Amino acid sequence: MALDEHGPRLHAWLVTRVGPDRADDVFQETMLAALAAWESVTVSSLKAWLFSIANNKAIDEERRAVRRPSPEGEIDDWPSAEVTDRLDDPVWDEVRALPGKQRLAVSLRYQGDLSHRQIAEAMGISEAAARRNVFEGLKNLRERIGDE
Amino acid sequence: MSEIEDRLARPAAGSSWDRVRGNLLASAESEGLLDVTYEVHETPFGEMIVAASREGIVRIALPAEDAGQVLDSLAARVSPRLAMLGRNSITRAREQLDSYFGGNLREFELPLDWRLTGGFRRSVLEQTAAIPYGVTASYGEIAGRAGSPGASRAAGSALANNPLPIVVPCHRVLRSDGKIGAYLGGTEMKRALLELEGRR
Repeated sequence: MALDEHGPRLHAWLVTRVGPDRADDVFQETMLAALAAWESVTVSSLKAWLFSIANNKAIDEERRAVRRPSPEGEIDDWPSAEVTDRLDDPVWDEVRALPGKQRLAVSLRYQGDLSHRQIAEAMGISEAAARRNVFEGLKNLRERIGDE
Repeated sequence: MSEIEDRLARPAAGSSWDRVRGNLLASAESEGLLDVTYEVHETPFGEMIVAASREGIVRIALPAEDAGQVLDSLAARVSPRLAMLGRNSITRAREQLDSYFGGNLREFELPLDWRLTGGFRRSVLEQTAAIPYGVTASYGEIAGRAGSPGASRAAGSALANNPLPIVVPCHRVLRSDGKIGAYLGGTEMKRALLELEGRR
C-alpha cells in the first residue's frame, strides 16, 4: 500500500524539511490531501506526486510559522536553524546553506530516496536539471565538509 | 555511496512511524477518506484477511490465498483508499470467526457488502449462504436453486471466486458423486471445516 510503501520516507524527509515537531502535522495534511484527490489524479509516479504535495504543504506551514516573510515574499531558508538544531546530523546545517533548488533536490534524492526522474516530477523541472541540482548540491557539500 | 551521501540518506529521527501512521489513519477514517479497511486474523488454519467497506464485510481471504494479491485486487476493484485498520464490522467478524472455529457458532450475523460479485454468481453465493450449518449440497443443486439447473460448472466457478468464504459457506458444496471437490483454501481445510460441522 502506498502509505506503508512511501510513508516512512516521506515522513523522515519532512522531519528534515520542517523539523520533528511539525513533521507529523504536515505529513498528515499531505496524506489526507492525497487521499481526497486520489480518484482525480493520474500521475506517472505516485511517490513524486506525494512528495510534491508534501513540499507544498511544507511551504504553507512555513508561511504560517514565519511572521516576517523575506522581502521577495519567498521563504527560502528551510530548514530553519531551529529545525537543524533538532536534527542529529550537522550535515543538515550544510544542506541549509545550499541554493534552494540544490537543497530540495539533494534532500529529495537522499532523504526521500527519489530517482532523478521523480525529483524532476516533484519539482516541476527537467530530469537533466534534477540531475544537475543533485550533482552540484553534493559537490558543494563535499567542498564544505571535506568528504573524500 | 560516499560518507556524505550516507549521512543524507540516513532516515531523520522523528516520531515513531507506528504513531504517525496510527494518527493518520484515525483522521482519514473519521473524515471518511478510507473506503476499505482490513485486518489480519489468526485462525487455526493460518492468517486470514478480513476486509470491510463502510457497508460491511466485503472480502474474507483464506490462508491459502496470496495476501498481496488479495489487497491489490481490493484496491483495484473496490477502492485504492485502503488501509490496515479495524472497524466495528471487522471486530464482529473476527469474534464470530473465532467462535465458529471453536465450534461455538453456527450462523454468522454480519453486515455483508456483496459488491465483488454479481449476476448468476451472486445468486449462487446467496443460495450457498442459505445452506445450514452441518448440511451440504451439490454444485448441481446449488445451480438449480440459483435458477440454472445444469449449470453446475458455472456454479463451481462462482464458488471458486467466493469473496466471502466461511461466512458464505462454499465449503458446504460438494461434488454430486460425494467427492469433496475443490476449495479455494485447499481440500484439507474444506475437509476440516466439514469435520468441524460434524459432517465427516
